[in-house]
Amino acid sequence: MTERPALITLKAVAKSYRVRGRDIPALQPTDLAIEAGEVFGIIGHSGAGKSTLLRLVNLLEKPTAGRVVIDGADVTSIDGAALRDLRAGIGMIFQHFNLLSSRTVRDNIAFPLRLRPGMDEAAIARRVQELLERVGLAGLADNYPAQLSGGQKQRVGIARALANKPRVLLCDEATSALDPQTTASVLDLLLDINRELGLTIVLITHEMDVIRRVCDRVAVLDAGRVVELGNVVDVFLHPEHPTTRRFVSEAEHGDEGGPDYSAVEGRLMRLSFRGEATYAPTLSSVVRDTGIEYNLLSGRIDRIKDIPYGQLTLAMRGARMDAAVAQLRAAGVVVQEIAR
Amino acid sequence: MNAPSLLQQWFPNITDWTEIGQACIDTLLMLGGSLLLTVVIGLPLGVWLFLASRSQLHDSPRSYAALSLVVNVLRSIPFIILMILLMPLTFFLMRATIGIRGAIPPLVIGAAPFFARLVESALREVGTGVVEASQAMGATTGQIVQRVLLPEARAGIVAAITVTAIALVGYTAMGGIIGAGGLGSLAYQYGYLGYKPDYMIVTVALLVLLVQLLQMLGDAIVRRMSHH
Repeated sequence: MTERPALITLKAVAKSYRVRGRDIPALQPTDLAIEAGEVFGIIGHSGAGKSTLLRLVNLLEKPTAGRVVIDGADVTSIDGAALRDLRAGIGMIFQHFNLLSSRTVRDNIAFPLRLRPGMDEAAIARRVQELLERVGLAGLADNYPAQLSGGQKQRVGIARALANKPRVLLCDEATSALDPQTTASVLDLLLDINRELGLTIVLITHEMDVIRRVCDRVAVLDAGRVVELGNVVDVFLHPEHPTTRRFVSEAEHGDEGGPDYSAVEGRLMRLSFRGEATYAPTLSSVVRDTGIEYNLLSGRIDRIKDIPYGQLTLAMRGARMDAAVAQLRAAGVVVQEIAR
Repeated sequence: MNAPSLLQQWFPNITDWTEIGQACIDTLLMLGGSLLLTVVIGLPLGVWLFLASRSQLHDSPRSYAALSLVVNVLRSIPFIILMILLMPLTFFLMRATIGIRGAIPPLVIGAAPFFARLVESALREVGTGVVEASQAMGATTGQIVQRVLLPEARAGIVAAITVTAIALVGYTAMGGIIGAGGLGSLAYQYGYLGYKPDYMIVTVALLVLLVQLLQMLGDAIVRRMSHH
């Protein structure tokens, strides 16, 4: 994936806000390269600077330092018509949808098409119909936003963002105001769009689950700094930074964090499977071959986007522990001992 | 003639009802003319105030402060004094200081700053989110004002026009004291100076009716426009 050219490059971008004569940093100097066609996630708690980082891409926020390069062109200091052209080529959706309440669904979707000359009303009507069908709202074209559910509103937002056939879609906490079921359907729609249109998606969220479902790569943002960056599978299975661990643990166990294993006998091991190894009977053959015993303490078999993965926490006992670990590793399982 | 009619029994001093009819027409003309001009001048002023205010599209503390000062000064002068103060300007503009023509400039100058403030606060009710979304779509400031801010705030703006129209009814009545004509003039000259209470009652009743009708009309339009 890394050999693909970067579509969006942020070079040492930083942003601070001037509040009562003092500069309050929102984003420390940050380098980021987002590749064409990938779904790139940025996760962080509120105030971590993710919203600022996202807005640097379409220059809704101007960086106080550094450069924004899109498709090889430095756009950091463009303004006027050039800036409006750039923005028209980058779709954006929002947590609170930001639809025009005084216009119907149809007119909301047509809004970006009517901002620039060159498209007659018949062509606009055709394009709007196309978009309505893509997001599954063909029957609601003449409704007003107030008559729609949250998920439907976000679909209108997505259709509107796609109207000008952008290459990039920015998602600002696009599912944070939605219930879990609606979140899943909106994320599925985003994935379809990513695959069918080859659209590059940059999304920010505070939910690791959103990252797990749709993203290829993730950057973890903490106090205005990228503290971890990598493929979602790697970050998810082997989080390094405490903030990342907290996010992963929240996704696995809910908000209360991990359980307490202090009373359990044996050595605590975390086994991570990914890809096809997830579905192979590796553990049972290791147990048979080495005669070790294990307690299954917690575990999860799931998918990260398209990649199946499993992560099990075991308490292992037995004479041939080292042989067992070696055999697991030989089968492609990552084994980590958990200190206690 | 016949036996005194009910009107003559109840309002013995009012001998000429056409005079009251004419006063109504004058009041409506003053109201209509001044309201139209107030909106034409006050709406862009309100948009300007809004755009120049903090963290808006054209955040400009200086132009906001200057405009705000002018608006506040004009709003703090009692209308009756404003009318007298403005007489030279009124004469220059209209070649008259009395009658409908003489009343309109001070009415507009008195009401436009008030209306501009109401427009400013109606625009504030439009979420910053839709403005940001429009910017993200590449809209110009002009497009954002015309296609986002004004349409999204239209119910609030109609409510502001209603409130301003009702304030203007009050101003026209005050203008009557210095010869603007209309219902206020009638109430003052016959009702107060001439001590004819029936004139007072009729004009007040007509003013109340006018205000009621304006409010009902305004509310009905706001209801039709709301899609919340």
